[in-house]
Amino acid sequence: MLSRTASTLYWMSRNVERAENTARILDVAYRMSLLTKDPDLQDQEWFAPLNITGTLFPFSGRHSIVCAKEVLHFMALDAENPSSIYNCAKQARENARAVRGSITSEMWEVLNSTWLEMQNMDEDRLYARGISTFFEWVKERSHLYRGVTFGTMRRDEAFQFHRLGTYMERADNTARMLDVKYHVLLPSVEDVGGAVDYYQWSAVLRSVSAYESYRKVYRDAVTPVRIAELLILRVDIPRSLHFCMHDVYRILCEVQNRSSAEATRLAGEIYAALQFGRISNIFHTGLHEYLTEFLEATDRLGEEINESFFAPEVVAVATEE
Amino acid sequence: MALKPFYNEMYAADGSVRPQYAAFADWLSTTPPEKIAQNREAADLMFHRVGITFAVYGESTGTERLIPFDIVPHVIPGKKWEVIARGLTQRISALNAFLHDVYHDQNILKAGKVPSEKVTGNTQFRPEMMHVNVPGGIYAHVAGIDLVKDADGEYYVLEDNLRTPSGVSYLLENRKMMMRLFPELFAAQTIRPVAHYPDMLLETLRNAAPAGVDNPTIVLMTPGNFNSAYFEHAFLAQQMGIELVEGVDMFVQDSTVFMRTTQGPQKVDVIYRRIDDDFIDPLAFRPDSMLGVPGLMDAYRAGRVTLANAVGTGVADDKSLYPYVPEMIRFYLGEEPILKNVHTYILTNKADLDYVIANMADLVIKETQGSGGYGMLVGPTSTKEERERYKRRVLDAPERFIAQPTLSLSTCPTFVGKGLVPRHIDLRPYILSGKSVNFVPGGLTRVALREGSLVVNSSQGGGVKDTWVVD
Repeated sequence: MLSRTASTLYWMSRNVERAENTARILDVAYRMSLLTKDPDLQDQEWFAPLNITGTLFPFSGRHSIVCAKEVLHFMALDAENPSSIYNCAKQARENARAVRGSITSEMWEVLNSTWLEMQNMDEDRLYARGISTFFEWVKERSHLYRGVTFGTMRRDEAFQFHRLGTYMERADNTARMLDVKYHVLLPSVEDVGGAVDYYQWSAVLRSVSAYESYRKVYRDAVTPVRIAELLILRVDIPRSLHFCMHDVYRILCEVQNRSSAEATRLAGEIYAALQFGRISNIFHTGLHEYLTEFLEATDRLGEEINESFFAPEVVAVATEE
Repeated sequence: MALKPFYNEMYAADGSVRPQYAAFADWLSTTPPEKIAQNREAADLMFHRVGITFAVYGESTGTERLIPFDIVPHVIPGKKWEVIARGLTQRISALNAFLHDVYHDQNILKAGKVPSEKVTGNTQFRPEMMHVNVPGGIYAHVAGIDLVKDADGEYYVLEDNLRTPSGVSYLLENRKMMMRLFPELFAAQTIRPVAHYPDMLLETLRNAAPAGVDNPTIVLMTPGNFNSAYFEHAFLAQQMGIELVEGVDMFVQDSTVFMRTTQGPQKVDVIYRRIDDDFIDPLAFRPDSMLGVPGLMDAYRAGRVTLANAVGTGVADDKSLYPYVPEMIRFYLGEEPILKNVHTYILTNKADLDYVIANMADLVIKETQGSGGYGMLVGPTSTKEERERYKRRVLDAPERFIAQPTLSLSTCPTFVGKGLVPRHIDLRPYILSGKSVNFVPGGLTRVALREGSLVVNSSQGGGVKDTWVVD
């Protein structure tokens, strides 16, 4: 398939995934801020979404204080913020328009009608409908889109590049979220046990829909080490790093071409480390250091994918086949 | 000048329903208004959800609009269509012969049937195409020939579109919509099908492949998703199962065109391009074009890739050449034209110019190179100031304009806010030329939604209807 088409599909699914993740992050921040009555502490919660998405800098360039209203607007509805939910919906729909021939009409219709509804959304409606209702809506549109994709799309290369985008984006998001929450909550591993920690950590689990899974896997108290293990090393948790990189590696094996060997190797290396890694070693290295390394590695992988599939150099080719 | 009474497609002068409309008129009179309103809403909703839109130039980037769709079809009796079809075949054959001739021996110019300077001095004439042999001698693989019906009930050719005619996706989508809304009407009579157009187009493109290429790779080249017809480009590529490419997706090496794919470069044999000559190759034409492929023209001239339509077809659909098409038919085919031309005043003739300036209020004046209904003057609906302004432009450069009598375009009943009213229509059949000339019956019917308006272009507030050829 065309390199440009593959690239557009990849970014289309990343945009949808990003919108969903942003909704999840904001939802958690919102719920956490409800746990405290202290307005200063409430506002503290709203740093996390900006830190996770790496948008604190552009945010603070335009806003002097970090508070619920401002952050919500910036990350959900702001047309000036390229990674707001609003813009993700817009971009995904533009992407879909550019590759309509490679996706099913059902997929197009989901993204098109999501965007049509999104355009009717403003701050007044957001608060009138309830903030959580809005986040639910974003997640549901994303679920619907994923379901439609799996239910209607031919299992061809387009499907593979589409999934590649989803898992690259998701791995990135889970890693960032863990990293930020680790910083905020747990300067040292031994520092466990308080009621606030319990709520904080279970909020992390809920934000990636892994609370029930945690209970099933561990049947025990929520501790940061186990959460980290669940979200980094478990292969059966769909938002864990291991799960995502397993699929990224397999997809790259399937779509490989003459110049993609390095991308496949790098994905394999990241995947192998997750497959054979131990949580005690990760904590020994330092969770923050580990996640930073992971994010650097996946960034490099993203560049490799771009170079080998989306922006191939023009190389000499045989003229007749 | 009082206009002659309009020809109404549905009702005869005595108020009776024309036979081809019997089934629809029956449905109309027996269906409660709420049900009709429901059908109209259903159509709107469906088009919106599916996203059949066009972009509008001159508005903010990316503005998309739905093209208004009317549920009353334009019905043409089968026998009448047969005559139109013969006329279209004749006309496109002559136009293709003309294009081959002007880019080779120029016999028609030597014979003095068409003034040389109108051809070789035309900005649409491409000297780069001289003595280039295109596969099958076909230049206009896809043509749209606009027809109107005057008060006498006779069809006239309004203009030929031989470059990148658009609108065929609406023809296909309109039919799908009508079959969904009126299954009983399709069951009750024989309405000739149109859904096979993409197959016919694909076959035409396959046959246009360079000699020796058995299983050609065909692509559709679009200027990109900000183009007004982008929906149609994506739609046709999907229907034919071919890649939708932009200039950046292709490159030329050793006079061969390749597209960049995830599995490396892939050779391209036929390009159905929906992008003007000027933009296809910055090395050959406009150097500032970001949409084209450097070197494409070289590969094309070397016969390594086919462009459909060919480069340089614009010289045959230029409005200044339109008056000579009947002469082309006589010259190349030795036949009398079946479809009439609208009488056209050539403003480089002193007598014609004087007449036109004196009678601007009765005439339609167009720029020879205009399209899409932009930049024309419709005399009877113009203001005095508009005519004054236009007059100065015409006198400045008479060779850039033509004038025609204002036709009494036929009307078809159409739903507007206040109910069912007559509105002017035209018809654009799409003609495919390859080993033979092919088309689907009917074409795209465009309707001027504003009362009294004769301009049917979608960019000027026009809508569309389904076209039924019934037996």
